[in-house]
Amino acid sequence: MSKMNLTRRGVLKTGAIAGAGVAAPTIFTAQSAAAFTNEPTGSSVTLGFNVPQTGPYADEGADELRAYELAVEHLNGGGDGGLMNTFSSKALQGNGIMGKKVEYVTGDTQTKSDAARASARSMIEKDGAVMITGGSSSGVAVAVQALCQEAGVIFMAGLTHSNDTTGKDKKANGFRHFFNSYMSGAALAPILANNYGTDRKAYHLTADYNWGYTTEEAVRTSTEAMGWETVAAVKTPLTQTDFSSYIAPVLQSGADVLVLNHYGGNMVNSLTNAVQFGLRDKLVNNKNFEIVVPLYSRLMAKGAGANVKGIFGSTNWHWSLQDEGSKAFVKSFGTKYGFPPSQAAHTCYVQAMLYADAVERAGSFNPCAVAEALEGFEFDGMGNGPTLYRAEDHQCFKDVLVVKGKENPTSEFDLLEIVEVTPVSQVTYDASIFGGELGSCNPGA
Amino acid sequence: MFGLDKKDFRLLLLVAVLVVLAPFLLNPFPEGSAMAQFNAGYPDLMQRFVIFGIFAIGFNILFGLTGYLSFGHAAFLGVGSYAAIWMMKLLTMNVIPAIFVSVIVAGIFSLAVGWISLRRSGIYFSILTLAFAQMSYSLAYSVLTPITGGETGLQPKVTDPRILDGTLANGATPKANLFGLEMGSSFEWSVGGWLFTFNAGYYVAAIVMLVAFYMSIRIFRSPFGMMLRAVKSNQQRLNYTGLNAKPYTLAAFVISGMYAGLAGGLMVAMDTQVGAERMFWTASGEVVLMSILGGVGTLIGPVLGAGAIKYMENILSKINKEILHQWFAFMPDGIEDILVSLVYPFIGKGWHLTLGIIFMLVVIFLPGGLVEGGQRVARLFKRKKPAEDGPDGKTTPAE
Amino acid sequence: MEAIILQILNGLDKGSAYALIALGLTLIFGTLGVVNFAHGALFMIGAFCAVTLSRILTLSHTVVDDTQTDFLGNPLKVDVPYVMDWFGETTGAAIIDWAVPLSILFAIPVMIAIGVIMERGLIKHFYKRPHADQILVTFGLAIVLQEIIKYYYGANPIPTPAPAAFKGSFDFGAMLGFDPNIIIYPYWRIIYFAFAAVIIGAVFAFLQFTTFGMVVRAGMADRETVQLLGINIDRRFTLMFGIAAAVAGLAGVMYTPINSPNYHMGMDFLVLSFVVVVVGGMGSLPGAVAAGFLLGILESFASMREVLAVLPGLNQIIIYLVAIIILLTRPRGLMGRKGVMEE
Repeated sequence: MSKMNLTRRGVLKTGAIAGAGVAAPTIFTAQSAAAFTNEPTGSSVTLGFNVPQTGPYADEGADELRAYELAVEHLNGGGDGGLMNTFSSKALQGNGIMGKKVEYVTGDTQTKSDAARASARSMIEKDGAVMITGGSSSGVAVAVQALCQEAGVIFMAGLTHSNDTTGKDKKANGFRHFFNSYMSGAALAPILANNYGTDRKAYHLTADYNWGYTTEEAVRTSTEAMGWETVAAVKTPLTQTDFSSYIAPVLQSGADVLVLNHYGGNMVNSLTNAVQFGLRDKLVNNKNFEIVVPLYSRLMAKGAGANVKGIFGSTNWHWSLQDEGSKAFVKSFGTKYGFPPSQAAHTCYVQAMLYADAVERAGSFNPCAVAEALEGFEFDGMGNGPTLYRAEDHQCFKDVLVVKGKENPTSEFDLLEIVEVTPVSQVTYDASIFGGELGSCNPGA
Repeated sequence: MFGLDKKDFRLLLLVAVLVVLAPFLLNPFPEGSAMAQFNAGYPDLMQRFVIFGIFAIGFNILFGLTGYLSFGHAAFLGVGSYAAIWMMKLLTMNVIPAIFVSVIVAGIFSLAVGWISLRRSGIYFSILTLAFAQMSYSLAYSVLTPITGGETGLQPKVTDPRILDGTLANGATPKANLFGLEMGSSFEWSVGGWLFTFNAGYYVAAIVMLVAFYMSIRIFRSPFGMMLRAVKSNQQRLNYTGLNAKPYTLAAFVISGMYAGLAGGLMVAMDTQVGAERMFWTASGEVVLMSILGGVGTLIGPVLGAGAIKYMENILSKINKEILHQWFAFMPDGIEDILVSLVYPFIGKGWHLTLGIIFMLVVIFLPGGLVEGGQRVARLFKRKKPAEDGPDGKTTPAE
Repeated sequence: MEAIILQILNGLDKGSAYALIALGLTLIFGTLGVVNFAHGALFMIGAFCAVTLSRILTLSHTVVDDTQTDFLGNPLKVDVPYVMDWFGETTGAAIIDWAVPLSILFAIPVMIAIGVIMERGLIKHFYKRPHADQILVTFGLAIVLQEIIKYYYGANPIPTPAPAAFKGSFDFGAMLGFDPNIIIYPYWRIIYFAFAAVIIGAVFAFLQFTTFGMVVRAGMADRETVQLLGINIDRRFTLMFGIAAAVAGLAGVMYTPINSPNYHMGMDFLVLSFVVVVVGGMGSLPGAVAAGFLLGILESFASMREVLAVLPGLNQIIIYLVAIIILLTRPRGLMGRKGVMEE
């Protein structure tokens, strides 16, 4: 007897296999009965969590993975339900997604676009994942997003801050909850002007790759609009570990603010070096010399140690927020793992929840239906206040946090304090300013 | 046959059979079983096996025959990839021009690098090639962003010109194809609990790989190959006989660079994306490891080494704690936890550790790489005659 | 002018790190003829000696502080290091503060032991094997070592600050008659430079002025003849491996306040240190030191914004560009000998 393999792995996994024999094969990219790539047909659905497990961002990846495991637990009805209790949409029941138990596969992006795509492809081709999420850099996010567009699955970006992800490289199958460089600049500038005055001279050190360029651009434009002057902007190689030769000339330039457009290991080292040079003890133009880090994360703050004290930056979310959503998330994460979640963990958890909710509301796992449910979706209770998933570029619009390194931390997690929650209206921009073409959604098959 | 002697022909035939049957051989475990985790018969990994096989075969022509250790071969792969993606963006999504141009461009680039680097030998040569590769990587990641896409790399976009292709249907995305046959299209066959995937892209890459392998056998057996071996064993003596070794080594370098470019072009054909990390020095190091792990100077060794490393990278890294718990679920609770905690450091995020340990073990105990391991096993089974007369190049690893 | 003085300072400082690592690498190559790809890992382990010691010094017991709450709203648990209990708060705090300098004492025996074990247990078996095998086995070892460190310490950088006394920077400019704040340099980096100079001097003096060093030098020149003279050169070479490991380790310990150590810092330095050694000339100790400082200074100049304005991206490639130029004009690097590592 023969059997048509119409629906890929789902059928096989449930064991509904009639028996051996000569099969009548089909070509799945041509018209087959499956409506879209990896349509789940059994009692479970597989999600792919693609995070850096080796390389410099491994700790961030580990935190993302913890968040995903927590999200899966909550979706399947375990634990305390976490953010499902505070989420404004009540479509999720705690019985999996559309009654299907949520299962997951994990992979290692190595923070390299090739490895990330290989891992994502294996999830799609081998494990039958219907959604890919995670990642810790914009290079990886853009590469995997393009892959998911081609393969016909949904991509829910993890930590990626470059404007490109939902700007010039946006794709119809890709969605980003995290904020971006533009929003960082727009949120930071008024706070900087309030604290440091409007007649500052800024010196930029910029990581020499796409994310660095967009961040420098964003901070420059928004601070210059406040009256600041940009004295110089120097690009530093990604592989640089010792920034002394870039920091030493800063004082000579007559600048009185140093902006470090660096992330990860670069940021830890450049900030450490800048503080080492004693820049913050100096008086230039009769003003205290200041340092600014546009994008902060708690793990980086931990790496830089005491050097972050008093330094301004922006962040997507912080565990010390006091709204109901944030408190609920910190409680269930903290109870399970013993320490508060990072912003990477938060955005990944929220992305998984938003995806599940969109599937429930759409009543289908079809990427096109899910995308439609996410586009223009307004929600609340996820920790960032009222949020909009904008239809034009699949970017979330929500409040942005401006934070400062805490002077007297009480624990190794208590490193940042919230200075201001910049309202969403202040960081919203026109969807067309970064170019790019969203295209139309691709369900695969 | 094909100008090969009997043994070589048998080897080529064996490789051809293995490659054709790979979708079966790599999927030995039924779907849904606990062992299915170890199946490698899905398109992406099979494509990577043959592509990195080509890369390693090419590297072996240089390193295995002449003994010149290039530490910058990934640069040729990267340059080939960029050439291929630009062909796809500008000309057509058909893979033929892309692959063709990637080989040419990599050949020209390797001619320039080789011409300079081959003025030195030994570790000085290695550092020169490393320097060129690192410069290529750094520039591609930063200053050359307008050409290379920098951090986010290059992908085909709907808005690209593609002057030879017709306009896309509304909503369609550009896909790599061979005269209309999409590289991503697959043919699936389920028999019993098994699911076998036959991917068009894989077979295209596999045919290219067989041709590349055949050419490498011919090079190994040719007078040219003999000359390269002479360079390796004693370059000075070669010089004293009045022969200039440089044209031979340069030719080997360029051929091997073209193989790398071919691999780069195929990578783009199979998965339309290029990132600069492809040229980082660790990628160059990886191909060295592949060759040595498999067996330097042997015909089949580098292919085996490439397969072994890619298998670990893609399969081991995906095993997580939950899967371990499923495996050991039949054990009593306490023992299950102990077993999981014993195995856990070596899989998932610890796959690098396993890789390092395996390198060390292979180098310490099997200096001839996996090929030597295979021979030892074979010798155990047929006690007849020690393999002192094995096919040349297969049993004599690098001296 | 000020800018140039500053970049020379930077170059000396960067160069001292390069020179220290390259010195150890050359020492191993010159004595044992082994290409040691695990040398970067030794540097990294040295840095983690400092991390480990500061962890040991801050071993704590927890005290529940009811006046404060943690992130879940429970009473805050405060860690009190045992040293504070034993030596009182001020002395205890001072000991913790001085963890990095104290680590030097801790790291020397540890690193020599690691070096000797490595040589006896592994490297010894590879003297007669091709360089490619040596590279592969030590590269494998480097991966294993860094993964072990990552398993215990995580992938995130770990801040290990210098003692408070060395915070801030010294105003060279004021001393030389420039405006204040123009030429400043951090105290710890000045110390690093001085420390490197002392270590380099000590290694040279040891080789030059002691009998042991004389025998080792003789062994480097002609191992067989020295053995024929009835000298157990192997044992001395083993110890030299331990010393080379200690030099790399100390470079790592002292580097921790400059940049927070992480598990892959060794790999970051590995390629660079090889370039330094090769540019200096394989097997030449003075060559390695000279090349270290040369590349450090050139790298610093290439990062000036005046230079980058003319040649964007020069800072990305300067090291490799210099390496290519030197190797093409001087066949065996700055001070290499003919016939070493050329086949």
